[in-house]
Amino acid sequence: MESIKKDSKGFLEFVYEFYKTMKAHEISLVYEGEITHQITKAFTSLAESNMAKEEESGTVQRKVFHVMVECLQNISKHADDFADNDFLYSGRGIFMVSKGETEYTVTTGNAIDNSKMKDMQEMLDRINSMDKEELNELYKKQIKEGRLSDKGGAGLGFIDIKRKTGKPLEYHFLPISENISFFLLTSSISRE
Amino acid sequence: MEAIKIKGTEDTPSVILDAAENIMEISGRSLPEDVSSFYGPILSWLNEYAKSPNPKTVFVFKLVYFNTASSKLILDILMKLEELAKNGNEVLVKWLYPEDDEDMQEAGSEYADIVEVPFEQIAYS
Repeated sequence: MESIKKDSKGFLEFVYEFYKTMKAHEISLVYEGEITHQITKAFTSLAESNMAKEEESGTVQRKVFHVMVECLQNISKHADDFADNDFLYSGRGIFMVSKGETEYTVTTGNAIDNSKMKDMQEMLDRINSMDKEELNELYKKQIKEGRLSDKGGAGLGFIDIKRKTGKPLEYHFLPISENISFFLLTSSISRE
Repeated sequence: MEAIKIKGTEDTPSVILDAAENIMEISGRSLPEDVSSFYGPILSWLNEYAKSPNPKTVFVFKLVYFNTASSKLILDILMKLEELAKNGNEVLVKWLYPEDDEDMQEAGSEYADIVEVPFEQIAYS
């Protein structure tokens, strides 16, 4: 009995630490698991009603909505499937929204196959190096020439996030194993 | 030909495609779970319509939000309308956007640049 009590106390202390960490980082939403269309709808409508309650401007509300949808759909369409790792399923990942004094931050993380890393890195760096006009040109080129993938992606998500936020896409790849990396992406939306 | 009438939801737009009444309009929000299956019937309808179009075709977009996957399908619709215009039919696209939504206005300008079809942008409050 004693040991169970101890364990559950430990767990509850962890929950409290976790809560404090979330507070310290101003995280208002964190989710780990499969990203389905239902989840996307639930999170975006939650964020919408919170922002409306806080009387955030229409422009900020729309931009946050945009970035959230594209980020969530990125995970549901691109997170890779690794059968040998129980916790890394296709379409799974971590999704976080935080709200600071001056900006909202939307962060996603999901496992990807290392074979895709180089292309993604190149694409993200290319998008980050572009100014507004170049991005508009790239968007037009991609929407005209690109084809919808099997999973319904148009290859426009990253370009659109950068266009909507006007800020570089911050990303990071962390090695999980020889063949798999964890891809983290953070986008911020100014509240002004 | 049979009209298409779809009531909008939180993630799919309202659609009216009615050749007899000469009303064609897509409005609301577009982030369907499967863009191809949502827009497929709309594109097929336009293919059918192009076989015997009305003397004047006015297509109204009154979207408040669309995701990037939908943006590709919206272009597909506009390209069908462009083709209709190129075949000598009178076509007008009306792009309605909330007056305080610069991004939606810009999206309209961008489409107007990409396709060659008479394009009118209208702000509403």
